[in-house]
Amino acid sequence: MDLVQLQRQLVDYRTSLYHEGFLDEQFTQLQELQDENNPDFVVEVVSLFFQDSERLLNELSKALEQQIIDFKRMDAHVHQLKGSSSSIGAQRVQKLCIVFRNYCEARNVEGCLKCLQQVKHEYALVKTKLESMFQLEQQISNAGGSIPV
Amino acid sequence: MECNCIEPQWPPDDLLMKYQYISDFFIALAYFSIPLELIYFVKKSAVFPYRWVLVQFGAFIVLCGATHLINLWTFTPHSRTVASVMTTAKVLTALVSCVTALMLVHIIPDLLSVKTRELFLKNKAAELDREMGLIRTQEEIGRHVRMLTHEIRSTLDRHTILRTTLVELGRTLSLEECALWMPTRTGLELQLSYTLRQQNPVGYTVPIHLPVINQVFSTNCAVKISPNCPVARLRPAGKYVSGEVVAVRVPLLHLSNFHINDWPELSTKRYALMVLMLPSDSARQWHVHELELVEVVADQVAVALSHAAILEESMRARNLLMEQNVALDLARREAETAIRARNDFLAVMNHEMRTPMHAIIALSSLLQETELTPEQRLMVETILKSSNLLATLINDVLDLSRLEDGSLQLDLETFNLYSLFKEVLKLIKPIASVKKLRVSLSLAPDLPEYAVGDEKRLMQTILNVVGNALKFSKEGSISITAFVVKPETLRDSRTPEFLPVPSDNHFYLRVQVKDSGCGISPQDIPKLFTKFAENQSTATRNPGGSGLGLAICKRFVNLMEGHIWIESEGLGKGCTAIFIVKLGIPEGMNDSKLPYMPKMPTNHRQTAFPGLKVLVMDENGVSGAVTKELLMHLGCDVTTVSSGDECLQLVSHEHKVVFMDICVPGIDCHRITSRIYEKFAKRNERPLIVALTGNTDKSTKENCMRIGMDGLVLKPVSLDKMRSVLSDLLEHRVLFEAI
Repeated sequence: MDLVQLQRQLVDYRTSLYHEGFLDEQFTQLQELQDENNPDFVVEVVSLFFQDSERLLNELSKALEQQIIDFKRMDAHVHQLKGSSSSIGAQRVQKLCIVFRNYCEARNVEGCLKCLQQVKHEYALVKTKLESMFQLEQQISNAGGSIPV
Repeated sequence: MECNCIEPQWPPDDLLMKYQYISDFFIALAYFSIPLELIYFVKKSAVFPYRWVLVQFGAFIVLCGATHLINLWTFTPHSRTVASVMTTAKVLTALVSCVTALMLVHIIPDLLSVKTRELFLKNKAAELDREMGLIRTQEEIGRHVRMLTHEIRSTLDRHTILRTTLVELGRTLSLEECALWMPTRTGLELQLSYTLRQQNPVGYTVPIHLPVINQVFSTNCAVKISPNCPVARLRPAGKYVSGEVVAVRVPLLHLSNFHINDWPELSTKRYALMVLMLPSDSARQWHVHELELVEVVADQVAVALSHAAILEESMRARNLLMEQNVALDLARREAETAIRARNDFLAVMNHEMRTPMHAIIALSSLLQETELTPEQRLMVETILKSSNLLATLINDVLDLSRLEDGSLQLDLETFNLYSLFKEVLKLIKPIASVKKLRVSLSLAPDLPEYAVGDEKRLMQTILNVVGNALKFSKEGSISITAFVVKPETLRDSRTPEFLPVPSDNHFYLRVQVKDSGCGISPQDIPKLFTKFAENQSTATRNPGGSGLGLAICKRFVNLMEGHIWIESEGLGKGCTAIFIVKLGIPEGMNDSKLPYMPKMPTNHRQTAFPGLKVLVMDENGVSGAVTKELLMHLGCDVTTVSSGDECLQLVSHEHKVVFMDICVPGIDCHRITSRIYEKFAKRNERPLIVALTGNTDKSTKENCMRIGMDGLVLKPVSLDKMRSVLSDLLEHRVLFEAI
């Protein structure tokens, strides 16, 4: 595949991500921050996000398996997840976190379980998408081209 | 010698002599026995004041008797001794009699006065007796009345009161029959309502204007009436000869009678009639005290009835109030629910509506930057224009709701008035030139350069007003004038209720926008400032206005303690929009206060902050990393920490700003803020503390202000936003974003 096609593919892919609501303008901001001083900023931040989210999701699963569920701790975790996802612009995850928090406040175990499943699902989706996007970017830079903004 | 003094023993007139002899004897006897009797009786009685008078009297009588006794011997020839004794006796008698006579002159008046005093005392005793009798009767009456009143007043039920009255009166006065006639509702008849003996009186009625009834009603005394008059015919006719009958009026008081000023007068003439009948077979008469009793009872009954009426009234009022309370409570709760629902809606719409709009606008503008065919470009431009319009509309609606519910607060800051107007001019010049309208701006020379107020909203107001002028003018010119309101010109006959009073730190800015457009007819002028009300004639020509603009302007102007109005001489004659707002005069306004501001009024924003040392505190690694990158992009020297304690450890006087992400629970910003305050005693050394939060709650902002933070910034923060935030912060040393 030649460079121009790759670049076009990347642009289309990104646009579709925005279109489908996986990402919001916060992600654009992140991309704006990336420059020659910090060329891998976005990748770094997103990796940080993945690590953080995985940890948080594990904690949440464990918390929901307990006999006595500590809603407060769960709320704290969800809050963190919400913060992280909003910082990188993972819109869908962020929205689900809001719903999750409401269930926590209402101490609704069923709701929390369901929500956790959804969050995990969305997270997995957005992770895959971002990873694909990064792969594309990597291919472009390997081919010697510049990554379109 | 013959002695003629020897009289024969019994001379020929001896019959007369004999009688004289006998009389003298009896006189003497009587005269001797009287003193004896006197002594005897005086000894018997204890009180006799004149003892020595008695002695005198006794002596007088004794001597008189002696005289008469001795006289007995003088009928026969008697010796000289007898004569001398006789003479002595007579002399003594004469003496004593004269003395006694003289004495009597003194004594008899005294004795007489004793008699008069005795008479007087007897009269007095009789009088006292009478009075005693009166008092006793009064006391009796009082006792009876008290007892009756107690019985009557022990209940607040009207029927019980009346029935008890009759029963008690009957008992006290031993009445044959006692009845109460009440006026009917029409007021023209009296109806027999209660009787003592009959359980259920048949409803007899009597017309109210009988002379006997009028007589009774005209006085508050009990009046004796004839047993034959209609009101007194209470017993089945025939057998009885009724006893004496008395009738008394019972005033029926209404609530409206209790006028404090004319309380003694009874301002209503509604009376009931109470008829009392004595037993027919006793010869009893109505005594005065009984009549008085009846009168007093009638009055008491009136009072008791009025109390019952008042109680009924107050119970009714209380029930009414309770119902109203319940209804009001319900209404309030409904209103609260409605407000809550609206606020929830707004909260959601706030975010939800703006986000897609933002995406649309952002992506459309991005799209504009790419390669497009001319048709595509046109389409994209249309999309952009429409979405901008929609975004404005959404903002307007949200603004207006916030304005209405009073939650909007002005952001007061110092700004440049001149540059504001120049900005306005710059913005409208393109449109004006397209429509070939001339725009002129004239600012009064005494207009201060800087003012304290809400720049953004003032700009919005001016733009709206000028925009309207442009919209509705096809040709001609638009002139904008601004000047400071002088006290003399303040009194405007058209707006008498608006009286601005300038003071030392405030002035009133007056802006007039005059256009030569289509004008407005006088009857439409009041509707201009109402929401959504479009001028009919212009609606078709200018679709696209939401009708909210002027309404919002009015709210803003009101918030700025001002007034806005429009004058027009009629259709086709153009119109002038005028508003006056209150602006503050900044104190000590000079450049030295703003270290980073260059001389140029516009474009004073810094684009980079080389080497600015900043501390970022964020528990969330991802968001902290993003913030750090943002700041580094702007040239800052950033240190990130993820806990409050770390923050306190690392913060130093070299740091100029501390950004605290406070949305994360677990960070006690209050504690950290106060520790920072403690750490840096001097104000200049202390770094500015700014909160970063995604929480758009007003209380968050207030809390931050309260605990001493210098600023609050809403997430998400774009690069441009961070740039202007830092710039404002360093310039003003405080920045609380409008929530």
